[in-house]
Amino acid sequence: MRGTSFRWVAAAMGVIWVGVNAQEPRLDEWPSGRATDMAALQSGARTFANYCLNCHGASLMRWNRLGDIGLDEKQIKASLIFGNQRVTDLMTVAMNPHDAKTWFGKAPPDLSVIVRARNTVEHSGTDYIYTLLRGFYRDRSTQTGWNNVVYPNISMPDIFWERQGPREATLTRTEYQDVPASIGKGGPEQRLVQTVSQFDANGVAVVNRTELDHGEPGFAYGFKSADAAAAKAFDAQVADLVAYLNWMSEPTAQTRRRIGVWAIAFLVVFVGVGRWLNAVFWRDVH
Amino acid sequence: MGLHATNYKGLLGWIDARMPSLMTAFRTHMSEYYAPKNFNIWYFFGSFALMVLVIQFVSGILLAMHYKPDSNQAFWSVEFIMREVNGGWFIRYMHSTGASFFFIVVYLHMLRGMLYGSYRKPRELVWIVGCLIFLALMAESFFGYLLPWGQMSFWGAQVIINLFSSIPKIGDVLSTWIRGDFVVGDATLNRFFSLHIIAVPLALLVLVVAHIFALHDVGSNNPDGIEIKDQTDANGRPLDGIPFHPYYTVHDLYGLGFFFLAYCAVLFFAPEMGGVFLEGNNFIPADPFQTPQHIAPLWYFTPYYSILRATTSEFLLWLALGTLFLGVLAYLRVRGWWPRLTVSAVTFVAFVLMTVPQVRLDPKLWGVILMGLSVMVFALLPWIDQSPVKSMRYRPRWHMAVVGVFIVAFVVLGYLGMNPPTPATTLVAQLCAACYFGFFFLMPWWSRMGTFKPVPTRVKFAAH
Repeated sequence: MRGTSFRWVAAAMGVIWVGVNAQEPRLDEWPSGRATDMAALQSGARTFANYCLNCHGASLMRWNRLGDIGLDEKQIKASLIFGNQRVTDLMTVAMNPHDAKTWFGKAPPDLSVIVRARNTVEHSGTDYIYTLLRGFYRDRSTQTGWNNVVYPNISMPDIFWERQGPREATLTRTEYQDVPASIGKGGPEQRLVQTVSQFDANGVAVVNRTELDHGEPGFAYGFKSADAAAAKAFDAQVADLVAYLNWMSEPTAQTRRRIGVWAIAFLVVFVGVGRWLNAVFWRDVH
Repeated sequence: MGLHATNYKGLLGWIDARMPSLMTAFRTHMSEYYAPKNFNIWYFFGSFALMVLVIQFVSGILLAMHYKPDSNQAFWSVEFIMREVNGGWFIRYMHSTGASFFFIVVYLHMLRGMLYGSYRKPRELVWIVGCLIFLALMAESFFGYLLPWGQMSFWGAQVIINLFSSIPKIGDVLSTWIRGDFVVGDATLNRFFSLHIIAVPLALLVLVVAHIFALHDVGSNNPDGIEIKDQTDANGRPLDGIPFHPYYTVHDLYGLGFFFLAYCAVLFFAPEMGGVFLEGNNFIPADPFQTPQHIAPLWYFTPYYSILRATTSEFLLWLALGTLFLGVLAYLRVRGWWPRLTVSAVTFVAFVLMTVPQVRLDPKLWGVILMGLSVMVFALLPWIDQSPVKSMRYRPRWHMAVVGVFIVAFVVLGYLGMNPPTPATTLVAQLCAACYFGFFFLMPWWSRMGTFKPVPTRVKFAAH
């Protein structure tokens, strides 16, 4: 009896959940083992300084905070800082935000806490950015010539395209659309339409639309790499970069967890003592 | 001499001779306050709430030392606290985790009161003051949530303040007056800061003291819902009572261990609680020119927010029918021409304002009214609960199922309020809203129905 009612509740919650999240694109899982891997974090920091910092700032990060991931001041100065910044300076960007707005339509966001900003109840910010940075495809129809599967019409061009190698993309979107009514009837009617867009390596698209009789709204995508080895190496590089971004969004996270273990251990002892004290006092209550 | 005769020695004796009210207060509220000995785990949540209040005061004072209530600096100053202030991350997480735990603890504290009829005579005033604390707490958390000046802070405040503009005639002026500007801006941030750190905490403190005074004057209820003051010994002490100190101070200390285990587990290992306690969008600085795709209030407001959203023009018709049904029931129930006239008039006016197109209030305004009602309706419990016994233990078993339906409706409303609405979820929310209000407004009838068990004269207690 109880089991049955529980199943009903679970089924109802499932229906609600599906109703809420139908159109979200699938995200790839970021290999989270890299979160505490020093080599990965340092490699990510290098990618970050070489690529991201040209346009994006990280204005809450001081260069010498990189000491926490095992880089000393000499290394930071020699291989990461371009220009005449000091190691005690913040990772600001030289690009004028007004210029940025003219060039990209909007100033590139500060990346200090970007991973946390992309966290939602449904997905983690790390998975989102890992998929985003690997989700670019050529699209002639946009201003930059690039588009993205998780962030449609993103202002950012694919700065890693040389490393990833050329790719073809197939996007399948299924949604309800207004279609002209069949003869003799009034206004447009809602039909489920599947749109398959195939982009070749130069961003030229072939689009096929078919009306479906049944099915679910949704969005799916797939890529075909010309250079599989480069794409694989690139995945690893992005995974490292995301590890770094994740670390940067909360540099104290490791300390927090380490202290947390001691706090919990103390509380377990506290509860033990509390239990004993409680028993001693309550012995004479009948 | 003018000194008070004292039984205490040393420094305490010196103080007691000059200020006897200190130890009198200690005796009244601690060592000679007789609490029922059969408290169960539900009775921890009151002291947990007091603990969270202390946590919020201490961590809040420390945060205010580094926080800057300025729309250009607020967001960055919070992150500055997280990164560059020694232990700043710990202080900030203490405060943010504490806010959510405050509501968890207070909701469970309220549920305890509902299970054991703690609001019934003679504890109506304890309950009313408690409801005021709940309102103050909601205000406190609403003002505080603007301070990190993230996207969700900004747009959440914008949406909630805009609710006031749905009031006819004065709405626009009123919401501008609240904001101090035509949009949420620096003026709003500054006044919310002032309200959050001075006005509301002061009110909260006074209300909490009043809550405890009122409680200690009438004495605590217990899981059996028995008045322990009815059975006293030769000295007039309740037979089933024990001094709060040391028995319950030690007991609560033990309980606090479990509270801190849960609190620290979140604080140290999941301070964002998967985006529910700290929302991802709030790590983006407030941008008045970019509305987030989906705006949701914090989790502890979402049940009421769901009710607001569920109030569509179609729902209004059902609401009107429900009001009419309730009006007829109430008319048949009350005696005397004056109450019957009042019931008829209220029902008529509400029905007209829901249905007649010429004078019908905007569904959005009805949503605001229902949302306000869903928060305040708790205060009616002492009068709408007509059951002959207080505690759920001696009420028909199906009463527990009714409470269960209410809890499920509350949780589902809360869940739906976090997500963008779809036609299907709006329907579910409307059903849950009907259960929510039905639970309260039909209580005068259902709470009297069924077979009640005889209530013993002494509490059930098994020695430890």
